[in-house]
Amino acid sequence: MAYSEKVLDHYENPRNVGSFGKDDEGIATGMVGAPACGDVMKLQLKVGKDGVIEDAKFKTYGCGSAIASSSLVTEWVKGKTIDQALEIKNTQIAEELALPPVKIHCSILAEDAIKAAVADYKKKHGA
Amino acid sequence: MDSGMKLPVYLDYSATTPVDPRVAAKMIPWLTEHFGNPASRSHAYGWDAEKAVEEARDQVAALVGADAKEIIWTSGATESNNLAIKGAAHFYAGTKGKHIITVSTEHKAVLDTVKELERQGFEATYLTPQENGLITIEQFKAALRPDTVVASVMAVNNEIGVIQPIAEIGEICREKGVIFHVDAAQATGKMPLDLSKLKVDLMSFCAHKTYGPKGIGALYVRRKPRIRLEAQMHGGGHERGMRSGTLATHQIVGMGESFRLAREEMATENERIRMLRDKLLKGLMDIEETYINGDIEQRVPHNLNVSFNFVEGESLIMAIKDIAVSSGSACTSASLEPSYVLRSLGRSDELAHSSIRFTLGRFTTEADVDFTIKLLHDKLGKLRELSPLWEMYKDGVDLNSVQWAAH
Repeated sequence: MAYSEKVLDHYENPRNVGSFGKDDEGIATGMVGAPACGDVMKLQLKVGKDGVIEDAKFKTYGCGSAIASSSLVTEWVKGKTIDQALEIKNTQIAEELALPPVKIHCSILAEDAIKAAVADYKKKHGA
Repeated sequence: MDSGMKLPVYLDYSATTPVDPRVAAKMIPWLTEHFGNPASRSHAYGWDAEKAVEEARDQVAALVGADAKEIIWTSGATESNNLAIKGAAHFYAGTKGKHIITVSTEHKAVLDTVKELERQGFEATYLTPQENGLITIEQFKAALRPDTVVASVMAVNNEIGVIQPIAEIGEICREKGVIFHVDAAQATGKMPLDLSKLKVDLMSFCAHKTYGPKGIGALYVRRKPRIRLEAQMHGGGHERGMRSGTLATHQIVGMGESFRLAREEMATENERIRMLRDKLLKGLMDIEETYINGDIEQRVPHNLNVSFNFVEGESLIMAIKDIAVSSGSACTSASLEPSYVLRSLGRSDELAHSSIRFTLGRFTTEADVDFTIKLLHDKLGKLRELSPLWEMYKDGVDLNSVQWAAH
């Protein structure tokens, strides 16, 4: 499969790989996908008191496109409020990475990971 | 990195082998100088070509303990499998019956041939091997029916390299009057085959997995007791009517020479390859959560098939692009399709996807193996650092207890 330059760049040099302590102050975790489907993404956001995302980390089990989609998302969410982060759409991710049609599901999963992490934040903060 | 090494390192000898330079040298004059049609009976061009074809037939027969008269030239193992199974099933259906036995881990050239016969009204039993990839004699016996006409069991599996008990199965088939076909495409030069002892009626071969050219193969058709086939290719009546078509002299000469070399060199060559394979095995088994697919003892020395847990197959293939290997996942389309062979062994989809087949051969060096071991250690470390499943496993989470959201 031929990957775009941007996918290869994120795959070779993934940004913000790692984990925060799950129960640390201001940490929200979203885990989406399933091993049997070939993709699992874990996205963690570090949210300040003002509701702005200060930092983000990810881990992904999946193909090159899934790794690139989640790596890209960690870059995009930083500095955004949680509500602004929810505005990131899979179509923007797919466009930025020039994903082929068979890999669109990777961008959808990355969008779902943001939604799941924000939902976790809201649950913890009773918002 | 070893600067003298050609990348990617070729470890896919079960897909195909390079033509041995000694074989290529033998072939060339038969393209340019001695171009005659072996079927031309009226001049020296034809006689020379015929002589070369018959010498090659002797060489192929010698490797497998057959008589040269029992060797039929074909275009490769796929054609041999088609001719053997369809040819025997059609010829003997009227007298013996319409039931066929085969194994779920056979090559597609056998499975799809049997499926086609099912469409034509035959019935088939597909034996599921045990976890180690082997079928048992008891299993085979239990599948036999009074109307079983043909059984087809491969000698060596192409994905996992395991050796099926064809000698024992042959005894049972002979006793029950079942025509026994063996696909030996992956076996020649890798294990001894002696058709003067084996009770095999039909055996398929090809040249390109034994350092010969692509596009040429052979089918062994037993003479005592005589096995008959319905031809699948009609025409000039070549190969005693079983397979018409002008013989490709240069290809046939190449197959003969490659089998001659295999016969002379296999004992020493296989010891060297086994040593390299065992080194690779030891080097990879140092990696945590690594599983060997298929029985490690009852196996040709060239093959190692391993699954790496908690990494995804496609990203693994991307990560190890400096070695040329085969993967258990064919991710050519949106739906990832895990290897049907590994699924038959009861491997989970995840482990089937993250499997790699390493096949070593005549030109594999110790430096190639060292490079591969280091590459796998480095890249698996990197991919597992990225894997949330690996993190969960390390934290003691039972992944089967997690409620995953299917998507």
